[in-house]
Amino acid sequence: MDFLIFQVPMLTLQATLDGVLLGILFALIAYGMALQWGVMNIINIAQGDLVILGGYIAYFMYLWGIHPAWGVIVSPFIMYFVGVGIYKLVINKVVDRDLFISILATFGISILFMQLMNFAFGADVVLANSGYGTTMLFDNSVTLPNSKIFSAFISIIFAIGLVIYMKKSKLGRAIRATAQNARAAKILGVDTEKVYAATFGINAALCGVAGALISITFTIHPYMGLPYTIRSFMIVIVAGLGNLPGVAMSGMGLGVFEEFADYILGTEFRIGSVFLLLVLILVYRRFKLSRKREYLK
Amino acid sequence: MKINKIILSFISALALLLSTSVTSFAKVVGDKIILGSAISLTGKYSSNGVHTQNGYNMAVDRINSMGGVKVGGKTYKFEIIYYDDESNPKRAAQLAERLISQDGVEFMLGPYSSGLTKAIAPVTEKYGVPMVEANGASRSLFTKGYKYLFAVLAPANLYLDVAIDLAVEKNGGKPVKIAQAFEQDAFSQDVRLGILEAAERTGSKIIIDDKLPKELNDMAATLAKVKAVKPDVLVVSGHTKGALTAIRQIAEMKVDVPMLAMTHCDAAKLSKQHGKNSEYALCASQWHKTLTYKDKFFGDGMKYAADFEKEFKYDPPYQAAESSAALLVFKDAFERANSFDKKKVRDALAATNMQTFYGNIKFAPGGQNVDKPMVLFQVMCNADGSKCENKVVAPTKWASAKLIHPIPSWSER
Repeated sequence: MDFLIFQVPMLTLQATLDGVLLGILFALIAYGMALQWGVMNIINIAQGDLVILGGYIAYFMYLWGIHPAWGVIVSPFIMYFVGVGIYKLVINKVVDRDLFISILATFGISILFMQLMNFAFGADVVLANSGYGTTMLFDNSVTLPNSKIFSAFISIIFAIGLVIYMKKSKLGRAIRATAQNARAAKILGVDTEKVYAATFGINAALCGVAGALISITFTIHPYMGLPYTIRSFMIVIVAGLGNLPGVAMSGMGLGVFEEFADYILGTEFRIGSVFLLLVLILVYRRFKLSRKREYLK
Repeated sequence: MKINKIILSFISALALLLSTSVTSFAKVVGDKIILGSAISLTGKYSSNGVHTQNGYNMAVDRINSMGGVKVGGKTYKFEIIYYDDESNPKRAAQLAERLISQDGVEFMLGPYSSGLTKAIAPVTEKYGVPMVEANGASRSLFTKGYKYLFAVLAPANLYLDVAIDLAVEKNGGKPVKIAQAFEQDAFSQDVRLGILEAAERTGSKIIIDDKLPKELNDMAATLAKVKAVKPDVLVVSGHTKGALTAIRQIAEMKVDVPMLAMTHCDAAKLSKQHGKNSEYALCASQWHKTLTYKDKFFGDGMKYAADFEKEFKYDPPYQAAESSAALLVFKDAFERANSFDKKKVRDALAATNMQTFYGNIKFAPGGQNVDKPMVLFQVMCNADGSKCENKVVAPTKWASAKLIHPIPSWSER
């Protein structure tokens, strides 16, 4: 039974397509993480919780009778300010400290967010129905929910939009300059404090978009954030910072990997296999690094 | 230096707080019988924890206003001390310890969920404190030889085996092909055991046996397999997220299966969140308001539901009903024991044989209720899907509607 996926070619196709669509969504979250990691040198453990909070915004719109797809517009707006708020309250105090402090701080934010969301929205698992229907391929043997296609499409649009923004706009250039050398940027008149706040805000906004999409495609729950943090962390580790095509590719790779792990090892090992892959990649990177060092010696 | 001072003052404040709160309650103060309960008011079980608490409170008010408990010619009233266990088993065990050794509670009501009940049971057992619980169905609770644990609900392995019998019956008595997906927690694995037994009993074959993770929100892979191998019945148990995810993705992927059986449908507000997509799902339930059991405190199920709705503004899920029943059991046991001796109350509880609005209650030596069958309801909607209702379809004795089988295919829906 485990290898049903290889006996039925349509299942292989189904898993691949599911994985790619899912991976694009992961890549969007990872892109936000890569951006603020690159600029501020902060690993944001609360990334997944920002995603879930964004999801709740879309969910409440849905409850008020607004189509949840509008969440991809409204949610990033609200989340931008949430992000700036978090920056002003906490992150600006740890941004120049070492990585460990920032991980602790964002871990604290993550726990706080989980509890607050649980307190405010309740512990129920919720979802928003988009009513988008399903695309059937190959005589109904491969099914792609339109909500997943919509998610991938929106993710791509936002990612491309952001790349253009980073290249063309004044703030985008300031962000890139700060990422390259914060001190030099400061000397040349860039208000790095503002840049940091904006970067964190943009990251939160991207999380908001992703959250809205997740509430349409999957389910949301106050305690479901961590797997999204882990996934984006992993995608960024594989792709490296400031490498958007890399993030997209490694996102899709992770999505497909997860789907196949699900079929072959079983759904219970889906998240577990992501963790295992993370460990393997870190070990491999370390191994490669140590070899390089020996070579240099 | 400054930090030391802060820590010191913090510790002394804590010590002060503790010393004032040790003013121990006794089991019975004046005309009050004090019961204790650790309950999940925050954390992941908080919604069901609140249902449980509402059920307890409703019964306390009702029993107190209708004459209270008569022991030794005197009338007593119930009162409950609650602590929030934060949905955390370790915390729940600590709180049980605190309720018993600091607050002096000698009679306990259960927490929400099998996991937390499992954490508390060893503590109550150690102190010989009788606990009537209403929300821990895991079979493993009843095989440990606990003497002071009593559960008003049917054990988890009986949740869905009725569905397999039903599928076999609809298949002309011939064995069926079963696909199943279960979360890996104590409760769902017990439900799974029940299915395995039913499969063996009926000669049915399990063709997909998937396990679901705790962080489940995507089961597309399982469903794609189901689509490929076409089983006669699909069984899913993964608490509310399992039920919600399954219905969403079954509808999106247009998975056709003749019978779909699940747990936690009403906790997940399935028909409200999914509307017509949830139609035809079969759900295991400890209780349903249309059942015709009766008692003198709450009348019957319909009456209970109406009263509950009036007080708490929502339709009572079975988690609330069974919690209310737990207090009826305690009252009955106190009166028969005619004493507040823990041992005597325990023996009276063990000899319980009564009917409540929630069902008949009679405990097996292991502590589980053996006198109340599970019911299966099916979600049925009107033509445009604007209103969906849960109708009991099995066992036949309690059925208020006829089972719709097989589920119409998605192309016809």
